[in-house]
Amino acid sequence: MKLITKLWIGMGILILISPLGLFLPERFKAGDAWGEWGTDGIKELVGYIPQGLDKLSSLWSAPIPDYAFQGWEEKGLSSLSLAYIVSAIVGILVTVAVVLLIGKLLSRKE
Amino acid sequence: MHIPDGYLGPATCGILYAVMLPIWTIASKIVKRTLRAKQVPILAIGAAFSFVIMMFNVPIPGGSTGHAVGGVLVAILLGPWAACIAITVALVVQALLFGDGGITAIGANCFNMAFVLPFVGYYVYKAISYNAPADSNRRVVAAGIAGYIALNAAAFLAGVEFGLQPLLYHTASGQALYCPYGLNIAVPAMLGEHLLIFGWVEAIVTALVVKYLQKQSPELIEEREVD
Repeated sequence: MKLITKLWIGMGILILISPLGLFLPERFKAGDAWGEWGTDGIKELVGYIPQGLDKLSSLWSAPIPDYAFQGWEEKGLSSLSLAYIVSAIVGILVTVAVVLLIGKLLSRKE
Repeated sequence: MHIPDGYLGPATCGILYAVMLPIWTIASKIVKRTLRAKQVPILAIGAAFSFVIMMFNVPIPGGSTGHAVGGVLVAILLGPWAACIAITVALVVQALLFGDGGITAIGANCFNMAFVLPFVGYYVYKAISYNAPADSNRRVVAAGIAGYIALNAAAFLAGVEFGLQPLLYHTASGQALYCPYGLNIAVPAMLGEHLLIFGWVEAIVTALVVKYLQKQSPELIEEREVD
């Protein structure tokens, strides 16, 4: 088997187990990453929402916010895991497509 | 380590975009000169690897989460400039499609994770693995140490960027406008958790993949003149 095939199989496995990155923090009540709290979270921490932060935090509405489908927030961990896997696949497809395009433009022909 | 929108003020965001612009330009020029067409699939899978590794949030029970970046590996295999491009693509996709990292903070996040991280990682690896044969264990150890130091360097800078905000922007009454925590809290928090936990994840991931590639494809590990 060619190396690149093996590496993509490894990637497939990583995608399938990626919901661990969702489960484990949930299981251990780890909360948000430092400095990545939402406006509610920050109000809880410091007692107010910094004005500039409040304004800028809603600047961008991502199509798949936090690797979850909109409206699925209440659906439980198994649905969230599915959304997480789909997000990984979509994200990787887009990333690979962009890098291949850049690579085509930049790389030396031999 | 993905700084969201609203945590950094306009000047910080602007400066870090301005710093990244020439870096991206130089990266494209250098990669154009050095990247061979047959390396492009490895670059693509490297970017994909970095993307997915960042989804593996590792918990600090009852406290916080964080993750590895996977970028030191790409830097070891293809050089820091190619890694800069691969990680930038992953970070931009994360910001635009998934709201992971702010769009105003793309300059900052790329500076930390797509510039500082691969460069620190690459040169630490180079220094430790200097002249070692492709199959030597010294390369595995070098990869691990490079991963650990590089992720912590990136986390330290993210902490500094967060921590500068209350100094730069506050209301007359002293309330912060953006990130409310100063250097005395932000730097120890960011650096501490990465020194303690997440740095080891980057170290182990980087070392394991280098070990695997030594067996599978030693030519990828061999010493090359990249730039």
